[in-house]
Amino acid sequence: MSDLVEIHNISKRFAIHGDLLDQLTFEDGRLRRKREYVHAVNDVSLTVRKGEALCVVGESGCGKSTLARLVIGLLRPSSGKVIYDGERIDDMTGAERKPYHRRMQMIFQNPYASLNPRMTITQTLEEPLRWHQPELSRNEYMAKIAEVMASVGIDASWGSRYPHEFSGGQRQRISIARALVVDPEFIVADEPISALDVSIQAQVLNLMSSAQEERSLTYLFITHDLAVVEHFASRVAVMYLGTLCELAPARALFASPQHPYTRALLSAIPRLRDERPAFIRLEGEVPTPVHLPSGCVFHQRCPYANERCRREVPRLEALPGQVSPDQPKGARISAEHLVACHAVQERRI
Amino acid sequence: MALLEVDNLVVKFGHRHGAVTAIRGISFSVERGERLGIVGESGAGKSVAAFSILDLLSEPGFVAAGHIRFDGQDLRALNSEALRQVRGQRISMIFQDPMMTLNPVLSIGVQMIECLKAHRRISTSAARDIALEKLRLVQMPSPEKRLDQYPHELSGGMKQRIIIAIALLLDPELIIADEPTTALDVTIQAEIMQLLLDLCSQQHLALILITHDLGVVSQITDRTLVMYAGRIIEQGPTKGIINDPQHPYTQGLIRALPQQTLPGERLNQIPGSMPTLEHLPSGCAFHPRCAYVRARCDSVVPGFTQAGESLAACHMVEDLVKDPGAVLIETERGQ
Repeated sequence: MSDLVEIHNISKRFAIHGDLLDQLTFEDGRLRRKREYVHAVNDVSLTVRKGEALCVVGESGCGKSTLARLVIGLLRPSSGKVIYDGERIDDMTGAERKPYHRRMQMIFQNPYASLNPRMTITQTLEEPLRWHQPELSRNEYMAKIAEVMASVGIDASWGSRYPHEFSGGQRQRISIARALVVDPEFIVADEPISALDVSIQAQVLNLMSSAQEERSLTYLFITHDLAVVEHFASRVAVMYLGTLCELAPARALFASPQHPYTRALLSAIPRLRDERPAFIRLEGEVPTPVHLPSGCVFHQRCPYANERCRREVPRLEALPGQVSPDQPKGARISAEHLVACHAVQERRI
Repeated sequence: MALLEVDNLVVKFGHRHGAVTAIRGISFSVERGERLGIVGESGAGKSVAAFSILDLLSEPGFVAAGHIRFDGQDLRALNSEALRQVRGQRISMIFQDPMMTLNPVLSIGVQMIECLKAHRRISTSAARDIALEKLRLVQMPSPEKRLDQYPHELSGGMKQRIIIAIALLLDPELIIADEPTTALDVTIQAEIMQLLLDLCSQQHLALILITHDLGVVSQITDRTLVMYAGRIIEQGPTKGIINDPQHPYTQGLIRALPQQTLPGERLNQIPGSMPTLEHLPSGCAFHPRCAYVRARCDSVVPGFTQAGESLAACHMVEDLVKDPGAVLIETERGQ
């Protein structure tokens, strides 16, 4: 599989210090200028391969949505670059990017907020077509809209209705239709099913899977729901406090999570049928992304942390060569299974 | 005698063209020390049911019929002062969003002491001691410091701990928790659920847990009610409902969970969506989405049938229990 999107050492920080006058403080008889940033994403490198569904998981505030927005171009990275199909896209002007916007589309979390309430469904679906394919005739637009509505299971005769006439699940189908109507090859989905009920979640996930098969789509899927990840992902990236801590094929990750944070996260999934879940309780809380911990961002909460963890930032590396006996296919998997943890690399855990 | 008995409760919401019925006659009871889960999707009426127990429904909602008896006392017959003695003191409530529940301009200590003083004649220092004791009970790190902090200084998980501590202040007998962990991350959710479970068993507290998450219900409740469109459609021991659901809706709900399907395979979806209150289907409200629909499903409201470990309100289950052979033949013919 070839790489479709490459993310190289990307970082994003947001200034929270306000304008110049707000930055000035008086300390020890001297005037100082104080600037503060939220470090939302820190030095993340990642590739999305053609045809895969890469899921990014993590808890609120870990930077997963920021990462999605950096990739799609809604935010500009503070440093690092995004390469799409061989071309660097993060520093392009709007006009240069336009052809790429047609190839990459986004589905947002809240279908109540992401559809314009004053536009009918047909208008909503027609707008991206007019923008990206102005050469088509009105009949061709209508044919395309009818086709895409049918493919997401919305009756084409409902085109003249407004979003408020639809339920949450139907609205999310319309959002998906809006992304699909320009025939993209890459879709960034930011928590597309979190706002929906369980029975509707299954409908929307199935729709996204079949769209992937029919149109050979590539997904970057952002979610906090690990059960969904296990089902949907081909590879999983786990984020904590703006940093990538583990990247692995979904099956390998759920079978043998390596990073102490991933282990705790997986143990917290409420399962239907185990009596006493062996829940790994983490000490303390996620620190603020304003003042990042030194070394490994997880060290304050990690039961395996030592001096090196407090000092040195761990790099994302393949698992140490040797394969544990309870993991027969590990030899092949371990090259794909990357983890950023000193303890794992030193084989302390 | 059960601690709480809800008998044929009907809740309506008035609007311009009359009223819509959100709860259409539900009955259930909670024993002392029992943990009851109420599960359903949005619009099923689970929160409305909980709110009506404590008369917390806001306009235009109102309880149209039914009885709510707490420890033998009919709560609907009480005047507002007498109800206030029960509410907060003997039954307390934990709401969904910890960010919205605490008053942002008052310190945690003030909010806790205020609550104690509203119900008991007690000195400020004695109230402070009780508040500290409850904060320790919910395993709040450095509790003395928390009393002087404001809600914005605390994380979501800590706020939810404070709210649980406030709910415990007056040593209630029943706690109603409405989606207490929906706004929290999974790791925090697991901690809060463990805490609730420990507290209930230590203090012999009864708990009504309202949630849409079957995983959460299966971990901490003894008994479960499944609601759909304002009615209870299945009730029984939680383990029975999770392992051997009887009603087609419960089956669909459990089978739709991603963890029930092998990775990469299509999920089992329930077709259609929850009906709106204005356009409730006749008979069994689930029949337009049901794969086992029978002739009388669209006209007759099904009663409860004992099947497996649970009671299910379903004509198919009723027929299946009466004459398994006939239903199987019919199903085969249908396919």
